[in-house]
Amino acid sequence: MDLNAPHSMGTTIIGVTYDGGVVLGADSRTSTGMYVANRASDKITQLTDNVYICRSGSAADSQIVSDYVRYFLHQHTIQLGQPATVKVAANLVRLLSYNNKNMLQTGMIVGGWDKYEGGKIYGIPLGGTILEQPFAIGGSGSSYLYGFFDQAWKEGMSKDEAEQLVVKAVSLAIARDGASGGVVRTVIINSDGVTRNFYPSDKLPLWHEELEPQNSLLDILSAASPEPMNI
Amino acid sequence: MAKVEVDAPPKGGFSFDLCRRNDMLSKKGVKPPSYLKTGTTIVGLIFQDGVILGADTRATEGPIVADKNCEKIHYMAPNIYCCGAGTAADTEAVTDTISSQLKLHRYHTGRESRVVTALTLLKSHLFRYQGHVSAALVLGGVDVTGPHLHTIYPHGSTDTLPFATMGSGSLAAMAVFESKYHEGLSKDEGVKLVCEAICSGIFNDLGSGSNVDICVITKGQKEYLRNHLSPNPRTYVSSKGYTFTKKTEVLLTKITPLKKLVDVIEGGDAMEE
Repeated sequence: MDLNAPHSMGTTIIGVTYDGGVVLGADSRTSTGMYVANRASDKITQLTDNVYICRSGSAADSQIVSDYVRYFLHQHTIQLGQPATVKVAANLVRLLSYNNKNMLQTGMIVGGWDKYEGGKIYGIPLGGTILEQPFAIGGSGSSYLYGFFDQAWKEGMSKDEAEQLVVKAVSLAIARDGASGGVVRTVIINSDGVTRNFYPSDKLPLWHEELEPQNSLLDILSAASPEPMNI
Repeated sequence: MAKVEVDAPPKGGFSFDLCRRNDMLSKKGVKPPSYLKTGTTIVGLIFQDGVILGADTRATEGPIVADKNCEKIHYMAPNIYCCGAGTAADTEAVTDTISSQLKLHRYHTGRESRVVTALTLLKSHLFRYQGHVSAALVLGGVDVTGPHLHTIYPHGSTDTLPFATMGSGSLAAMAVFESKYHEGLSKDEGVKLVCEAICSGIFNDLGSGSNVDICVITKGQKEYLRNHLSPNPRTYVSSKGYTFTKKTEVLLTKITPLKKLVDVIEGGDAMEE
């Protein structure tokens, strides 16, 4: 086990647009090599009041990029006298990702709401390109989700449908991707503002061959028969 | 004419010959000497009225214990302390430079330092050196916005947690925290839990050992408990005691002024320039 390995986020991150806004979702596992350094991390970071970013890859790199973008957007908001658009935020992330592509190991999803374009999702993958998408998935867990999203994503979903889709997708990825885990965090952004939600493991659906959480395996045995040795 | 220029040895500039030599040596399996590393257990937790930091006191140089009672809880500001793991020189240097920057910032603003300020300065420094400054830190303190606990990794990433462990003994210590930590610990419970976590590192991790240092920071005050626990005292002391050979005795002291031996000419010619 290498505790000196760079701190990275084997991750599942998701951004989905719906009728009137966006839902962002992420798991909460941060690992160094084989060790889970933080099991409750927050990978959905605030950039401005109305724009958030999902971070994946190197924790140090994605934190620096989002810190810079938050700083630039703060100045931009003051100079403009009104909230920055999602497009501007995403473009700043792209600019830093592209200009420093040799130094950075991070993929990000920018999502938010503004009065000009409504809810928007932008994916900024490794090389520093920018993709405006109806939904975006990222991180190591995303490879388990492409087929699921092709099947399950529909245009014009409601807010609750979109959030349930995100929670379901992240929990599916957590079940199959060893580098993703912990809890599911979501952020919903629309014209009314921002809502943050938190789904601990006992609030998540159980998938193929998964067991209910249990304090002790002895409980299962004693429930089946009072004396486990007499089976 | 052009040919002469090509054949001429390069003038000035930096010679990278030794880099090529080092590459060659490392390819042949020669290990470069290592730095003093603190195989370490350091921990921190938030309790009901502040933050408690803890550390063991062993410093190692490969398999050798270089210092049996070193200090790993570093001062950052009167209300902020920082535990360091990794290369001893780096943790010492990085906490010292940032602590000095924080003091200048306090003189400038006339306000108490905040933990996030220390956090940002530390992470910027570590990120700039891309992990080559190998300092893994647990930063804790109480400021105007309340108690804070952060971990900082050598590459410059940071986490914010209610309880944290770092260093080679982090797994042993985290096992204790994960099973016993809860919100709203009292001070005594907190100190006891931190002690237990560090002891778990001391006894189960080869890189950690000796004593337990603790630092309790609450609003407006702190308690630095150096060697709060010494679970590894020296068990054998010679009954005869120790004696040392007498140092060279001074038999007599005599001062002979130079003027008595030679003629000294006062004044003389002044030196040029």
